[in-house]
Amino acid sequence: MIPRPIRHAGFLLLFLTAPAFAEAPKAKGEPVAQEGIQVPKPPFTEGIFPCTSCHDGKQLKVNTQRRDLAMHDEIKLNHGPESRWCLDCHDANSRDNLHLASGEKVLFTESYKLCGQCHGDKFRDWRVGIHGKRTGSWNGAKQYLLCVHCHNPHSPHFAPLKPMPPPTRPDAIQLKKGAAR
Amino acid sequence: MTDLTPMPTPDTCGDSGDCGSRREFLGTAVAAVAMALTGCGKLSKEEFLQHNFRELTKDEIQTIIARLEHEYMEKFHKTVKVSNEPPMPGVIFGYALDLSRCIGCRRCVHACVKENNQSRDPEIQWIRVLEMDKEEGVNLQHAEQYYNPDEVPRESHFYMPVQCQQCKKPPCVKVCPVGATWKEKDGIVVVDYNWCIGCRYCMAACPYGARHFNWGEPHIDAKDVNPETHYLGNRPRPKGVVEKCTFCIQRTRKGLYPACVEICPTGSRKFGNLLDPKSEIRQVLENKRVFKFKEDLNTQPTFFYFFGV
Repeated sequence: MIPRPIRHAGFLLLFLTAPAFAEAPKAKGEPVAQEGIQVPKPPFTEGIFPCTSCHDGKQLKVNTQRRDLAMHDEIKLNHGPESRWCLDCHDANSRDNLHLASGEKVLFTESYKLCGQCHGDKFRDWRVGIHGKRTGSWNGAKQYLLCVHCHNPHSPHFAPLKPMPPPTRPDAIQLKKGAAR
Repeated sequence: MTDLTPMPTPDTCGDSGDCGSRREFLGTAVAAVAMALTGCGKLSKEEFLQHNFRELTKDEIQTIIARLEHEYMEKFHKTVKVSNEPPMPGVIFGYALDLSRCIGCRRCVHACVKENNQSRDPEIQWIRVLEMDKEEGVNLQHAEQYYNPDEVPRESHFYMPVQCQQCKKPPCVKVCPVGATWKEKDGIVVVDYNWCIGCRYCMAACPYGARHFNWGEPHIDAKDVNPETHYLGNRPRPKGVVEKCTFCIQRTRKGLYPACVEICPTGSRKFGNLLDPKSEIRQVLENKRVFKFKEDLNTQPTFFYFFGV
């Protein structure tokens, strides 16, 4: 069963992108529409969404005090921790949403708007395809990723990776039967 | 001798009524003598007498593709499709790589091998990732390609993947004595593996080390063969020919991104049409700090490096 807010977001996305699909043959070679960008689902931890399944305002009262949390101890806030706190981005009254500095609510599927408030240069680059990964078709429909698919919002530095194997050194290549004569 | 006459297939006489003619006889005789002299025992007569790809008629190409597909079926016991998709009109491909983002994880190197049917044993890789010192900048005296730490990026290093730069003035094309390599209309430098004589002049001429030679019989397990191939790209190669990056010609001429762009976890790789002012590649060229590798050699690459930050 898909949780309702996600389903909601899915419908919204479908609605937003439908005209883009209809125009696809005409608009070949043009980048995807700037707003209503088609992105995959946000990378939630299994079972964590909707947030309102716990934060429904009844079981848990809203506590805006900055403190060590009893829950969510896997989150290490390493994103300007001195000046930032959970409720600067998460909405205290509507837990399944984020909010901008203005107080305007933002869906998790549009979190790039929230990131773009501070990282405007990256946001501009992302919209035109310079920052971030694109897959799909260079002259047609592209698949974008949300900022949070590559950058953990609580600790945004790109995580190091194990490199794949290096090339074989020439002296390590064994001469085999059927190799160079 | 007219170049445009389709060659008769081995077990029919063709419709020219040419069967048993002097031309037919000479062809067979020359092929037989050549085989005896060169030791190219495996080469069929049709293959030996095949012309340069650019001189072939549509019918000849179809016959050759059918022959190749048949050969691959016998070798790998699976259907390998060989396409000869031409360049799209109004398209010149360009590529840009963000040096400030690449972390040297080599995902691209291995995705490329998988996509392009390179020999696995010995393994041929079309992309070489250089680990460089931040203090030194782009300095090949301080480049290491065999780095293998537990995690990348390493402190105070940056990474520079190098592959074919698809030059506008390709020195490799200039030196080829037989015309087996050329630049296509969409900017991709390709090799006709059936025309290449394996002299490796192109490898000596290329300042980027982007060309690779099949010293041994290329070996790929049948299960690893990518069945979507292009005649001028990733079709399985014979021994003794040179190969190189083709911007995944089999994908990009169908509108897809190259395999290295698709796999890159950092989104450092940008690809698109240089003639389309709205393409990602044009956005990069117009808004970022861009440089060409070894620009002083005037090879005029259509592969660019840039700094995203």
